[in-house]
Amino acid sequence: MLSFLDREHTVAKPGYSRWLIPPAALAIHLCIGQAYATSVYKDALVAHFDTSLTAVGIIFSIAIVMLGVSAAVMGTWVERVGPRAAMFTAACFWATGFLVGALGIATSSIWLVYLGYGFIGGIGLGIGYISPVSTLIKWFPDRPGLATGMAIMGFGGGALIASPLSRQLMSLYDSSYDPSKSDSIPSGSAVAALFLTLGIVYFLVMMLGVFNVKVPAPGWRPRGFDPAQLKAKPLVTTSNVSAANAIKTPQFWLLWTVLFCNVTAGIGILEQAKPMIQDFFREGGTSTVAATAATAFVGLLSIFNMAGRFAWSSTSDFIGRKPTYVGYLGIGMVLYVLLAVAGSSHTVVFVLLAAVIISFYGGGFATVPAYLRDLFGTYQVGAIHGRLLTAWSAAGIAGPLIINGFLDAKGKPGNLVAADYRTALFTMVGVLAVGFIANLLIRPVADRFHETEHTDAFAEARSAELGEEVPAGELGKEADK
Amino acid sequence: MTTQESRNQLTRLVLSWLIVGIPIVYGLYQTIKSVLPLF
Repeated sequence: MLSFLDREHTVAKPGYSRWLIPPAALAIHLCIGQAYATSVYKDALVAHFDTSLTAVGIIFSIAIVMLGVSAAVMGTWVERVGPRAAMFTAACFWATGFLVGALGIATSSIWLVYLGYGFIGGIGLGIGYISPVSTLIKWFPDRPGLATGMAIMGFGGGALIASPLSRQLMSLYDSSYDPSKSDSIPSGSAVAALFLTLGIVYFLVMMLGVFNVKVPAPGWRPRGFDPAQLKAKPLVTTSNVSAANAIKTPQFWLLWTVLFCNVTAGIGILEQAKPMIQDFFREGGTSTVAATAATAFVGLLSIFNMAGRFAWSSTSDFIGRKPTYVGYLGIGMVLYVLLAVAGSSHTVVFVLLAAVIISFYGGGFATVPAYLRDLFGTYQVGAIHGRLLTAWSAAGIAGPLIINGFLDAKGKPGNLVAADYRTALFTMVGVLAVGFIANLLIRPVADRFHETEHTDAFAEARSAELGEEVPAGELGKEADK
Repeated sequence: MTTQESRNQLTRLVLSWLIVGIPIVYGLYQTIKSVLPLF
């Protein structure tokens, strides 16, 4: 019955448009991106369970840890079974997470929410995040940055959709809840109903991805694409490295460091965005930035986070992956210094600097799969990406620890002044400098790590040019529109 | 690919992009609306 999920049933027939793949990937990422919208019902859960903010925060922490763990552990499985089975599995886990979570809220058992949304849903997050990456790169060998940028933009955009949608739904389920008032809190039953609704809706939307996703036939390549042009680019390989071998290379760990540093620095801003803008413009104990404007600033950052994923990742197709990260980390350092020394001069200066920094944070996430493709080939790029995402989990711990550690020594965020942030911001400059150096040290992967037996669409296309073995009648089928 | 198949694929393309595009536009609209107090 579920044979339609098999990899062999997902091979595209000639003529299948590759532009059906990005919406399939977006359908997955827009749904799992909800993970960044948990603040919408955090206060409601604190009141419902009569517990602390920390106890509720654990739900999100478990989910993010499980994202990293499942992406790393399941990456090779995702490559083996193909994108359709992986997306279907992710949808089942993600939806089940919501349903078990709803049951936990309805029965006032926070442990069920930990198990549901945190553990089960977190597995769905990890599998869902990496499931379309490898397929997109194979369909867009000419523009991998654009393709992965589109998908990973969805993860940033998921919160943009889930936040207002959740507020509207909860006001529908609880008439006493007014989303326009900051002190209005929805009831636990409204959050349970929201979880139930989101579980069903997300499952259905993710099915769009499941049914639309297909892998290209062996030897397929887009019209006008010449793999030889890739070979001519520095750092871009047409060879393949397995996931098991990739983690033995210095290139993997250098890129791990690059991602870790870029995310750590970005999280430093994101974590404290709301109190930070108020603290930077505090005069005589009172901030000139109102609480509503500070909330709006967080919303603005999420737009730049999303836009950066698409814009910078697409740009990397033209300027190259290494120079792109030189920009994220190098220009990022300059922007952090400017934020520290001149950020309090005017709100426009502060907002502009923070917006560009966050766009680099998002861009770092979206460009990394294409960087992996350049270094390790397409063979197991999804699995390698899954392992690399442990850098995200580590940065999720290190970033807040660094910024909170420095700020706690000065007082409580929300009662500080701009000068109190300088040490933390200069530390982030140091973190970015480490990433900058790691990026500069990246060189092509040594031949001894390359696979010798495996051939994929890339290698086959190259073999054809060299007059080597090619599946008869397969090569050169042009399916894109 | 026949003309009918091409037409079906075009319909599928438009529907697929609409299903993901409309929520993105909704999310952007709502966020931009909430950002306005900043300016």
